[in-house]
Amino acid sequence: MSKKLLALTGNDAAAYAMKQINPDVVAAYPITPQTSLMEKFAQFVADGELDTEIVLVESEHSAMSACVGASSAGARVMTATSSQGLALMWEIVYIASSYRLPIVMPLVNRALSGPINIHCDHSDAMGIRDSGWIQLWAENAQEVYDNLLQAIRIAENSDILLPVVVNYDGFIISHAIENMYLYDDAEVKKFVGEYKPKYTLLDPKKPTTFGGFDLPDYYFEHRRQMADAMTKSAKVIADVAKEFSKICGREYKSIEGYKLEDAEVAIVALGSTVGTARAVVDDLREKGIKAGLLKIRMFRPFPENEIADALKHLKAIAVLDRADALNAVGGPLFDEIRAALYKKSTIPVVNYVYGLGGRDMGLLEINKVYSDLAEIAKTGRAKDLVTYLGVRD
Amino acid sequence: MAKTEKVKLPSWKEVVIGGINPDAGSAAKYNSGTWRTFKPVWSDERCIQCNLCWIHCPDSSIMIKDGKVCGMDLVHCKGCGICASICPVKPKKAIEMVKEEK
Repeated sequence: MSKKLLALTGNDAAAYAMKQINPDVVAAYPITPQTSLMEKFAQFVADGELDTEIVLVESEHSAMSACVGASSAGARVMTATSSQGLALMWEIVYIASSYRLPIVMPLVNRALSGPINIHCDHSDAMGIRDSGWIQLWAENAQEVYDNLLQAIRIAENSDILLPVVVNYDGFIISHAIENMYLYDDAEVKKFVGEYKPKYTLLDPKKPTTFGGFDLPDYYFEHRRQMADAMTKSAKVIADVAKEFSKICGREYKSIEGYKLEDAEVAIVALGSTVGTARAVVDDLREKGIKAGLLKIRMFRPFPENEIADALKHLKAIAVLDRADALNAVGGPLFDEIRAALYKKSTIPVVNYVYGLGGRDMGLLEINKVYSDLAEIAKTGRAKDLVTYLGVRD
Repeated sequence: MAKTEKVKLPSWKEVVIGGINPDAGSAAKYNSGTWRTFKPVWSDERCIQCNLCWIHCPDSSIMIKDGKVCGMDLVHCKGCGICASICPVKPKKAIEMVKEEK
């Protein structure tokens, strides 16, 4: 285990991971806030540091289409995008997972238009939550790097063969500089290994058809297989994390609690807000308030039982959503966590929709959530099921 | 000409993943000519054996024996009519599209 400490942005961290992975093909189109990631990666390629074939395309729809073609041909393939870029590639996002192509994509989370906005929220990722892509979420630049290296191994596992999206918050993670560790090239190369495709278009001795018409007599079976692969991926994600711990020094979990074991109230969140909430938890603990925190690292497959188990001892729970489902019952993470707790607990669970379009989520806002939770824990009932936190009333 | 196979369909645990078909040329086993409206009718007498229909058919439905056209494979023909359109024989073409009677 050898590592060096560097100050990098989240996008630099992702570009560095892609450099060490050395994919055969990368097809991408620039979009804020992903742009500096692809700039950095293209620079590595232009400098001759790796031999990736970069395909410059005219849109994200073409980017993902080129990825599907290259991956069907047996190549190790990556791309990256944000927000509208993902919206434009949406059709092919589903094609990639249904053809069982292990494409890995950093998704630099940005609000979906409209009104047009370039800043962070999670509406882009939530739009593909049911697409059959495995979803990992990073809290900081280190996790962007670590999750990407692990994602390759997860996607390419012959029992899984599903694409993986690695989410990280636009600007907050992608453009902020943090201290982080990079691992030795040779160690990473050995860890990611070589991709040996199960089926490939480019084997004239074993000709195969990709993308055949799937009528009512077969389509359902193929979708059922995808659900099975998604279920099985949870164990593979854990196994890969165990192996990766030898390189990075810590074992990533599907969900990670912070001061949660003895907590009475807790927040559940995705992404960089988890980091901010840690500071609030520390502060509250000093004041003798039993506050805790649960980070969801693996959102797909959804770790239902682990979440229910981790939260079962609490008196009140707040789920933070950086995306609104506009469904009148709360954000997408809230919906799923409430479903996970159904019939397993009677703990009051409330939802805070926050940070849309890059609205700041600071210590003050998170403190308000914990003080609401203290009140709910005391009375056993919540005034509001869904609160829009940080919006001007 | 292929026959329509009637087999027990595989379970979701048995089918090849991703809708991938690793069985090259498997369309020969299936009757895929069921939705045709017009069928090509070929005349041995008028045919000049130029093979233009065979070159242009998008579905390998022009049957060839010893280098010569010998008939239309109606199990796979979709009835697109390209063969009739391309047929250079005059005044009456060697392939004509005739409405399917069912």
